[in-house]
Amino acid sequence: MGMEGIGARVARKEDKRFITGAGRYTDDMSVPGMKYAAFVRSPHAHAKITSIDSSAAEGMPGVIGVLTGKQLKADGIGNLICGWMIHSKDGTPMKMGAWEPMATSTVRYVGDAVAIVVAETRGQARDAAEAVNVEYEELPAVITAVDALKPGAPQIHPEAEGNLIYDWEIGDESAADKAIAEAAHVTEIEILNNRLSPNPMEPRATLGVYDKAEDHYTCWTTSQNPHVARLVMSAFYNVAPENKLRVIAPDVGGGFGAKIYIYPEEIICLWASKRTGVPVKWTADRTEAFMTDAHGRDHVSKVKMAFDKDNRITGLKVETLANLGAYMSLFSSSVPTYLYATLLSGQYDIAAIHCNVKTAYSNTVPVDAYRGAGRPEATYLLERTVETAARELGVDPAELRRINFIREFPHQTPVIMNYDTGDFEATLNAAMEAIDYKGFEARKAESAKNGKLRGIGMSCYIEACGIAPSAAVGSLGAGVGLWESAEVRVNAVGTIEVLTGSHSHGQGHETTFAQLVNERLGVPLDSVSIVHGDTDKVQMGMGTYGSRSGAVGMSAIVKALDKVENKAKKIAAHLLEADEGDIVIENGELKVAGTDKSVPWFQMALAAYTAHNLPEGMEPGLKETAFYDPTNFTFPGGCYIAEVEVDPETGKTEVLRFVAADDFGNIINPMIVEGQVHGGLTQGIGQALLEGVVYDESGQLLTASYQDYCMPRADDVPSYEVSHHITPCPGNPLGIKGCGEAGAIGSPPAIINAITNAIGNNNVTMPATPQKVWSAINAG
Amino acid sequence: MSEVTMTVNGRKVSGQCEDRTLLVHFLRDNLGLTGTHVGCDTSQCGACVVHVDGKAVKSCTMLAAQASGSDVVTIEGLAAEGDLTPVQAAFKEHHGLQCGFCTPGMIMAATDMINRYGAGNLDEKTVRAELEGNICRCTGYHNIVKAILAASDDMAKGAAAA
Repeated sequence: MGMEGIGARVARKEDKRFITGAGRYTDDMSVPGMKYAAFVRSPHAHAKITSIDSSAAEGMPGVIGVLTGKQLKADGIGNLICGWMIHSKDGTPMKMGAWEPMATSTVRYVGDAVAIVVAETRGQARDAAEAVNVEYEELPAVITAVDALKPGAPQIHPEAEGNLIYDWEIGDESAADKAIAEAAHVTEIEILNNRLSPNPMEPRATLGVYDKAEDHYTCWTTSQNPHVARLVMSAFYNVAPENKLRVIAPDVGGGFGAKIYIYPEEIICLWASKRTGVPVKWTADRTEAFMTDAHGRDHVSKVKMAFDKDNRITGLKVETLANLGAYMSLFSSSVPTYLYATLLSGQYDIAAIHCNVKTAYSNTVPVDAYRGAGRPEATYLLERTVETAARELGVDPAELRRINFIREFPHQTPVIMNYDTGDFEATLNAAMEAIDYKGFEARKAESAKNGKLRGIGMSCYIEACGIAPSAAVGSLGAGVGLWESAEVRVNAVGTIEVLTGSHSHGQGHETTFAQLVNERLGVPLDSVSIVHGDTDKVQMGMGTYGSRSGAVGMSAIVKALDKVENKAKKIAAHLLEADEGDIVIENGELKVAGTDKSVPWFQMALAAYTAHNLPEGMEPGLKETAFYDPTNFTFPGGCYIAEVEVDPETGKTEVLRFVAADDFGNIINPMIVEGQVHGGLTQGIGQALLEGVVYDESGQLLTASYQDYCMPRADDVPSYEVSHHITPCPGNPLGIKGCGEAGAIGSPPAIINAITNAIGNNNVTMPATPQKVWSAINAG
Repeated sequence: MSEVTMTVNGRKVSGQCEDRTLLVHFLRDNLGLTGTHVGCDTSQCGACVVHVDGKAVKSCTMLAAQASGSDVVTIEGLAAEGDLTPVQAAFKEHHGLQCGFCTPGMIMAATDMINRYGAGNLDEKTVRAELEGNICRCTGYHNIVKAILAASDDMAKGAAAA
C-alpha cells in the first residue's frame, strides 16, 4: 500500500468545492432565458378529473404557459414504465397500469401531476399553479396493501383486477411445509416493515433546455444514473432520440435510491422547454419531495421458522404483502422479489425455504428501492424471527445464530443465491467482543439502579451487492444489463482522466477511483481526474445503486487499466530496447526489472502521442475502454450489536452503544467505507426508532415535512464503533464486496431486538416511538 | 418590489426583489451565491445557515428585506480567498461530508457554535445537542461531530500559541 493507493485513508479530492460552497448542484445551474416551473398536483388520493381550466392562471403576471397531460400525449410523449418483468406463479405477467406523466383522466395519489406552469419567477409560477382550476370527482381510496387486496376494495387500475400486481413465489413450498410439520419447534411471527421516505438532503430538481436550431435537448437532473435516464427517456418516453438528448447529473446531494428513477418532472420540463421556447427549471420543495419521491419498504409478512431438537433451522415459510403505491416505478417490481426473497437464507444453512409475495396497488406515492432495497426487509424479518426463536427456545441468541451459520463456501441457498465467501463466526465474535457481551448483565443491573431498562440486541446480516451479472438478471426479468463501463485516457503529458459510468452522489469516487489508478500506475492523485455524470462526455454506463460502484464500476476501470498497462509496457520496452515481459511499473516509472534502465511515465505517454518511435504497427495514442459484466453477486455480511436504555416512565429509547463488525471484502479507502457505515447505520436507526410515512384513511400524506417526519438528528444517535473483517470477494479483480447499504440493512433488527430485550415484551413495531414502547411496557 | 442593500462577504450589494423573497433566494438567485442551499423550506434542516450580523441564521426563515442593512457572511466568504478556516479544514480531514449538500450549513452552524462556546470548550454531548437544527442524511453525524470537536480544539491550541 502506497501513501495514496489502495487501503490508504486519503482525504477526499472532491471536498474542497463542497466546503467552500463551490459545489454545483442542479438547482445551482442557470442558463440564459431560464424560467421556473411549478406543478399543479392532485389534492386527492383518487379522483376523476372532470375539467381543467387554466384561463385565469394564463393571465397572471409573469406566466409564459400552462400545459396539461392532453397536450403532452398529443405530442407523443409516452407513459412511464417499470423496467423489470415479474411473472406470477401461474405464469401470467405482472399487471402494469398506465402511468401518465401528467394525469389526463384519473389521479391516483396525492401529488399526482396534473399540469405544469412556466413563469418568469419561482413565486409567479407557484401563484399561477394555485389559480389553475381543476375539477375532480372524488373516488374511494385505499392506502395499505392489506386493504387493497381485500375483496371489494376500490379498483385503482383497470389492468390489475383486485389491485393485485403479481402473486409470485420462490423456493419449494412442499419442502418448507414438511419441515414445519416435522419440526420440534416452530416460531411464528408477523413482521411489519415500515414505509419510509429516502430523503436525500438535496430535493429533486431538473432543468430542461431545448435548442431549436439543433433540435437538441439538454437535461440537468438529480440522477444516480444519467445514461439510464437518457436511454429510458429516449426509448420509452419519446422525448428525443439518444443522440439529440444530453443528460447531465452534476453534483448530486445524496440519492439512496430515490434518484435512480426517471420521474415525470424531467420528461415534462424537457417537453415544456420545446413547447414554451424557454429553458425550464423545476426544483422540488421538501413537501413535494415527500409527496412524489418514491418511498421505500412497506411490507407485511407472516413467518414460520422450523427448528429440529438440536435448534437447527430446518425450514422457513414466508408470506409477504408489499405495497407498490399508485404506479409501478422503474424497478419497483424487483424489490420485493429478487432483491428480497433471495436473501431469506441470511447467514444460515436452511434446507427448505418458500416465500410467496403478493404486491398491490394503493393510492399512495410509488414505492421502489430505498437504501438496501429488499435486503433490509429480508434481514429484519429473519433477525427478528431468529431472536424471537432464541427467546422461545431459551437459547442465547448468539449461540442460536452460531449453530446455524453457513460455514462452507461456496454455498448454494434454496433461493437462487450462491454465496461465494464469508466468515460469519469472525464478525459475530468481533462484535461480541467489542460490546463486551459477557459484561452485559452487570451493566443491566447498573441501569436498573437508575430506574432504566437496559437491553442488548444483535443482527447478523448478509446482503447481495455488485448488482449484477447481466445474463442472470435478464433471465429474472430485468429490462437492462447491469454491467459497468470505464475509459482510461492517458494524456500526452501523462496525466489521466478516467471516464466512468458510475455516478457519485456522496460516495467519494473522485478519490477512491483515483486511488486505484495510483496503485496501478504510481501517478500522483493530483494528476488523475474522474469524469462522470454527463452523457456527452462519458460512454454509456449503468450508474450507481446497490453498492455496485466498487465491485462493478472499479472492476471496469481495472479492465481498462490492464489494457493501458499492456500498451504502456510495449512502448516502454521498445524505448528501452528490452523485453516487454521484463517491464514493471513502479513509482511513476516503467523499469526493466533488475536493471537501472527506466523511462518515466510521462515520457512513455509523450512517446505514445508523438508516435515518432513506436513499435512496428502500433496505433498512436494511449486510451482504452472496457465494459465489465460481473460473474456473480457479491455478499457483504457482518454482525451488529446495539445496547439501549429505555426509560420506563416515558418509553424513550437511548442508543448507548452500537458496534458494527463488517466483511466488505477488500477496502480501497477505510475512511470512506467507515463513513458509508455510519450513514447507513443512522438511516437504519432512523427506521427503527423515528421514521415512518403516515397516510390517513383518505390518502392524505400526514408526514410531509420535517416537522412531521422524524429524521434522525445528531442527538438521536451515538458515535459508532466500526471494524472490518475481510474475506476477499473471489468474483472480481479487486476482491471488493460493497459497503453502501450494509448499515441500513443490518441495524433495524439490532435496535428492535435490543428494545424488546430491555422491556421483556416482543411486540414492538417500527418505528419504536416512545408511545409504542411505553404501551408495550405497560401492556401487562 | 423591495430595494435591498446589504454587505455580503465584505462587499456592499444591492438589488431589487419581490417583497416575499427569502434571504436564501436573494443570495442564490440575485447574487449567484449558490453555496447556501435549500433543503426543507420549514427551517428544520439548516442547509441554508448563514451568518447575519455575526449570528447563525437560517436564511430560509428571513426575508431578504429583513436583512437589508445587515452584514451577511455565507460559506463562500467564510475564509480568505484560497484559504480554509479550521472548521472547513477539519470537515475535510475527518470526512465530515459525503454528498456535500448539508455541508455549508453545517460549517456555518459549527463556526457559530465554536464562537459562542469559545474554542476548546465543546464536548460531544454539547455538539450533538447544538446540531439539533442541522440535518445530514449521509454521514450519520459521527464524523461531523468529530470534525467540530477537532476544529474547536485546534482553534484553542492556535489561540494559546498566539
